[in-house]
Amino acid sequence: MALLQISEPGQAPDPHQRRIAVGIDLGTTHSLVASVRNGVAECLPDNKGHIILPSVVRYLPGQGRQIGHEAVANAALDPENTLASVKRFMGRSLSDIAHPEKLPYKFVKPEGQDAASEKGMLSIQTVQGAKSPVEVSAEILATLRYRAEDTFNDDLHGAVITVPAYFDDAQRQATKDAAQMAGINVLRLINEPTAAAIAYGLDNGSEGIYAVFDLGGGTFDISILRLTRGVFEVMATGGDSALGGDDYDHALADAALASLGLADVQAGLSAEDKTRLKAAARAAKEALTAASDVPLVWSHAAQSHEVRVTRLQFNEATSALTARCMSAVKKALRDAKIKADDIQGVVMVGGSTRMPQVQEAVAAFFGKPPLNNLNPDEVVALGAAIQANQLAGNDSAGDLLLLDVIPLSLGIETMGGLVERIIPRNQTIPTAMAQDFTTYQDGQTALALHVLQGERDLVADCRSLARFELRGIPPMAAGAARIRVTFTVDADGLLSVAAKEQISGVEAKIDVKPSYGLSDTQIAQMLQDSFSTAEVDMKARALVEARVDGDRMLLATQSALNADGQLLSAEDRAQIDSLMLALRHTVDTSQEAQAVEDATQALAHATETFAAERMNHSIQKALSGQNIQNL
Amino acid sequence: MISLQASDFELFGLPTAFGLDRTQLDLQWKSLQREAHPDRFASEGATAQRIAMQWSVRINEAYNRLKNPLKRAAYLCELNGAAVNAENNTSMPPAFLIQQMEWREALDDCKAVKNLDTKITALEALLEEVDASHAQVLAQAAHLLDADHNYTAAVGQVRALMFIEKFAQEVQHGLDACT
Repeated sequence: MALLQISEPGQAPDPHQRRIAVGIDLGTTHSLVASVRNGVAECLPDNKGHIILPSVVRYLPGQGRQIGHEAVANAALDPENTLASVKRFMGRSLSDIAHPEKLPYKFVKPEGQDAASEKGMLSIQTVQGAKSPVEVSAEILATLRYRAEDTFNDDLHGAVITVPAYFDDAQRQATKDAAQMAGINVLRLINEPTAAAIAYGLDNGSEGIYAVFDLGGGTFDISILRLTRGVFEVMATGGDSALGGDDYDHALADAALASLGLADVQAGLSAEDKTRLKAAARAAKEALTAASDVPLVWSHAAQSHEVRVTRLQFNEATSALTARCMSAVKKALRDAKIKADDIQGVVMVGGSTRMPQVQEAVAAFFGKPPLNNLNPDEVVALGAAIQANQLAGNDSAGDLLLLDVIPLSLGIETMGGLVERIIPRNQTIPTAMAQDFTTYQDGQTALALHVLQGERDLVADCRSLARFELRGIPPMAAGAARIRVTFTVDADGLLSVAAKEQISGVEAKIDVKPSYGLSDTQIAQMLQDSFSTAEVDMKARALVEARVDGDRMLLATQSALNADGQLLSAEDRAQIDSLMLALRHTVDTSQEAQAVEDATQALAHATETFAAERMNHSIQKALSGQNIQNL
Repeated sequence: MISLQASDFELFGLPTAFGLDRTQLDLQWKSLQREAHPDRFASEGATAQRIAMQWSVRINEAYNRLKNPLKRAAYLCELNGAAVNAENNTSMPPAFLIQQMEWREALDDCKAVKNLDTKITALEALLEEVDASHAQVLAQAAHLLDADHNYTAAVGQVRALMFIEKFAQEVQHGLDACT
């Protein structure tokens, strides 16, 4: 008789092979890893008992590096080689960084072909050479992977990694690349606020419309989510990806310098001074959550400065930042077409939501105290762990389905630098949408497709994602070809574009993997601009449209003249020629839509009889069945 | 067996009619997505993922069409052989065109107002009028589709609704520009 097996206490063997799946919150200031153990999501500590891993990597001379707490401890000694908050640079080019002088790093342009365009992702110079944000993130992710593998003494099956709701295609792709470098199989990228809602929704069994207010170290996200029967539907997302606790630190540091009478030394500070000042401001900020009056101590130029800061001073110095949060909240409510009253609860995420002024502003706006039952630092990782557990197939009873939306509209460039939206923002994904386009000139055999992301009407105001060409279209008259452009967005929010000429069946395809993305402020700015500058846009759009019409008229007239010019009298021909010249000039030089339209009209009017003649001629030709040359 | 080629109504197991229970539609959408979403097949390889993606996309497409009354009405006309031809056929009854012109003049007047509060009030009043007209035409379309089964006549209402919605959007843009 076989002996019965008894397992160690607390380590019940699963009936089927359990896959190790974790949720990772890859944050700007710190990162966490969590997993579902014995049916409960919990954050995994390292061997010293720390749950939080500061998202900081220090590169040492020669070889080796310090990651997390160890790197933070030495940040002030070696600021240039201690890289923090690199999440802000993910998928970003050098030109996207707003104030590089405020940061202690030496930024370098990417090498190779991207260097000339300045559009490749930036790198940071360290003692170990240039490091890209993707490499630095990969170090952090690998550290968390080893932590999980040590905890379970098993290989990692896969991970759900969270990203800010505002991350565009480039930033999501960069995050996936970092995971790949760290040897992690990405089960899914999910939005941070959505992960927080998963943690709250399942733990509390709440249904209804919720707002997730996520103020982290470097980003602010607001999401409006509808929770019903295990389905998380994102109604709207918004926020400001250049607003976070770091900005509160800076504001407090500036205020402290001002009250020390040292406001003008700011520009001349060394990297080490800046790091120390920031650390002092952060410590004071954290102390102000519990106390109303704290000292801020900072040593500079062999002198120790101390100044007392009160909570009131702190609130005043940062009121503009809090106001920016609340204005993004209002915008998201408008997008979701709901009022503050419709929100049943506000989930608070991110350590910065501990600041009393933020708690008060949220409570005042929604008319109810926000939810704080879960640790705001851990909640995102916990939600990601629940999702990971289910995607790995460990939770057969799980009934969780995450329906997500795309954060920004996707479209293509049409004549005159205008954007035609193909997928509007906040569309549930996965999705595929198509639109038919046509050719602009007679005999046009190729079509340049320019894929864009953004809410504005003009190409110049949107972010370019990719360009590709559809070639081999059989020559046809302008407007005869039918080119169907299909945009497909998968469940991770990544885009692919296909174009097919319907008559000939010629097609072209591209997976959009841009080498750079939207700048931190740009996305929020673009969304805002699409509303506040609607008036300006319309004028610009009218002029562009008028120019396109003018060009089209010129092309059409020229091709008519080439075909049937002999039908015109010398006098009529001279008149048309002079009107064409006038229109060409107006299109090229005028800034007024009306002037362009008038010139177009004049030419159209003058060619009316000519057009009628041509039509007559063609009909006669068809009737007689004779070629024009035989007449 | 249901296929990707099934009509939106068949796919959602709803009667092929304009009148529709929105709650039912939402529930059905969620239960279909629950079956077909690629996340359901996250550990099952590329082929399963691709097929799931196709279905999930198809379900979202049908859902977007069914939940929007104008798109639903247009789709129902097309299903019954009455083409909407929105791009080619823009001829509308004179009375309708006159109303459109009046609205456009009213919008221009609103935009010319200097005082912001007065401007917002005027724009909101215009939007309300447009919305009321939208509701009325939609009700007529519903009757033509579900009671009379006169799809050719319904096409006229669908086109009118397209004009009205486009105009309502312009008024909304005007309002957005105020804030």
